[in-house]
Amino acid sequence: MSTILEIKDLNVHYGAIHAIHGINLKVEEGEIVTLIGSNGAGKTTTLHTISGLLKPTSGEIVFKGQPIQGLPAHKIVAQGLAQTPEGRMVFPDLTVGENLEMGAFLRNNKAEIAADLKKMFTLFPRLEERRKQHAGTLSGGEQQMLAIARAYMAKPKLLLLDEPSLGIAPILVQAIFDAIVEINRSGMTVLLVEQNAYAALKIAHRGYVLTTGEIAMQGPSAELISNEEIRKAYLGH
Amino acid sequence: MSEETAYLISDFFTYLLNGVAQGSIYALIALGYTMVYGIIKLINFAHGEFYMIGAFIGYFLISSGLPLYIALPAAMIGSGLVAVSVERLVYRPIRYAGRIPALITALGTSLFFQYLGQGTIGADPKAFPTAFENTTYQVGDVFISKIQIVIFLVTMVLMTGLWYVVTHTKIGKAMRATSFNMNAAELMGINTNRIVSFTFFVGASLAGAAGVLVGMYYNTVEPMMGLIPGLKAFIAAVLGGIGIIPGAVLGGLTLGIAENMVVGFWISTYRDAVAFAILILILLVKPAGLLGTNRKEKV
Ligand SMILES: Nc1ncnc2c1ncn2[C@@H]1O[C@H](COP(=O)(O)OP(=O)(O)OP(=O)(O)O)[C@@H](O)[C@H]1O
Ligand SMILES: [Mg+2]
Repeated sequence: MSTILEIKDLNVHYGAIHAIHGINLKVEEGEIVTLIGSNGAGKTTTLHTISGLLKPTSGEIVFKGQPIQGLPAHKIVAQGLAQTPEGRMVFPDLTVGENLEMGAFLRNNKAEIAADLKKMFTLFPRLEERRKQHAGTLSGGEQQMLAIARAYMAKPKLLLLDEPSLGIAPILVQAIFDAIVEINRSGMTVLLVEQNAYAALKIAHRGYVLTTGEIAMQGPSAELISNEEIRKAYLGH
Repeated sequence: MSEETAYLISDFFTYLLNGVAQGSIYALIALGYTMVYGIIKLINFAHGEFYMIGAFIGYFLISSGLPLYIALPAAMIGSGLVAVSVERLVYRPIRYAGRIPALITALGTSLFFQYLGQGTIGADPKAFPTAFENTTYQVGDVFISKIQIVIFLVTMVLMTGLWYVVTHTKIGKAMRATSFNMNAAELMGINTNRIVSFTFFVGASLAGAAGVLVGMYYNTVEPMMGLIPGLKAFIAAVLGGIGIIPGAVLGGLTLGIAENMVVGFWISTYRDAVAFAILILILLVKPAGLLGTNRKEKV
């Protein structure tokens, strides 16, 4: 196994607010790694810094052996890193099909794109049924499926997911986590941000716990799930 | 039907045609306003100057003997390139500085081009050269000129082209994605700065085409010519719902027709008052515009 993403001593500020305090994090190829933490811990800030929407004040982000901090977001996508943003951010006035087409914006091989589209429609049959519908008319859960499929269509080496279970009916949450496992099995590495710590740890190989901008704990998921402190703080029992 | 009614009806159609011609011009200018607003939420008050620049490029090229079918595309490309430079050099550095600095910068840019025109070409109006022999046709009692027909045709071709680009091409879809949310578009790998440049180019080239058409229609061009049509096109864009592309077309045509009806049937000095009356009315009754919803504005 080789390291696909390595974050070294990362610091991020919003003006005077110091949101991320020198965190270190590693993702190995083929893994599902989860970053859990409560509201305002700095999960989204971390993901946005990786994907280039935010610039770090210091530290390094190494993706496939290359430093990527400071590159514009669209160039980072071109390197093979895609993100499903918090709150889904599907394009409401574009159809489901057009949203997926935007996901594949940088790709040119029509046959490969069509094959991946087919894969996503097999994984999320609802999307195929609603292909011509405006994305703004989808339910929250369907929009989340679309956001994941759209990021998949970039065919990234590493997929970043920001709280895919946020505001979604419990019955759909399971379907979405199953789909993430499926995507990972097909060979895509996943960094999953979640507040729903239990569901995330159940599918992840390893986990990091973020508290107010610092990594408080890390380890294999099985260890974190049985850890007393984590059970109290994040799992509610 | 009495003779009087017959006159009234033929007058109505003549004014309607004049209104559609004028409204097409407003619509072509309003499209750029609305597209730029849709993408970066900037009211580009220098947009009327892109129209003026297009008119002058057309003026110089047709004066030098070039035919309209070369002068018109050249004016469009010229206006487009000026707009791309303005965005790159003036608007981009202040994109995140806030609304008031952006507004002041846009007004400053507008004045810059007006005075640049006066300083280099002169403030006095220039007679626009004739691109072709204008004739007036009579259909029943309704009059329509060849220039009006050219205006309708050019506007229809340009709008169909724009519709096709926005709805059927990858860059058009990327434009709509960017206008919804720049960050989300960047996460697709879309270079949003390039989309912004493209939007300025397309918007200004439509305005440039309008400039040439107006030059031919009213036979005159001058450096301040962008001021009033620019304002009215802005009103047209607000009337249709700013940020909404079909809204700009609807707003432009509505304004052009309303003006010509008021001028024809009522009092000709009220022409400019119509636009502002409509603006006040729409802001009171439906601030989001005719096609606007209470949802977030978008292209
Ligand atoms: N644009 C911003 N300007 C200023 N402070 C911000 C901004 N965005 C986030 N913050 C602050 O940075 C900290 C981390 O926020 P972040 O959104 O990364 O948390 P999160 O872990 O994703 O939370 P949630 O689970 O609620 O999404 C918070 O204290 C937040 O208030
Ligand atoms: Mg978050």
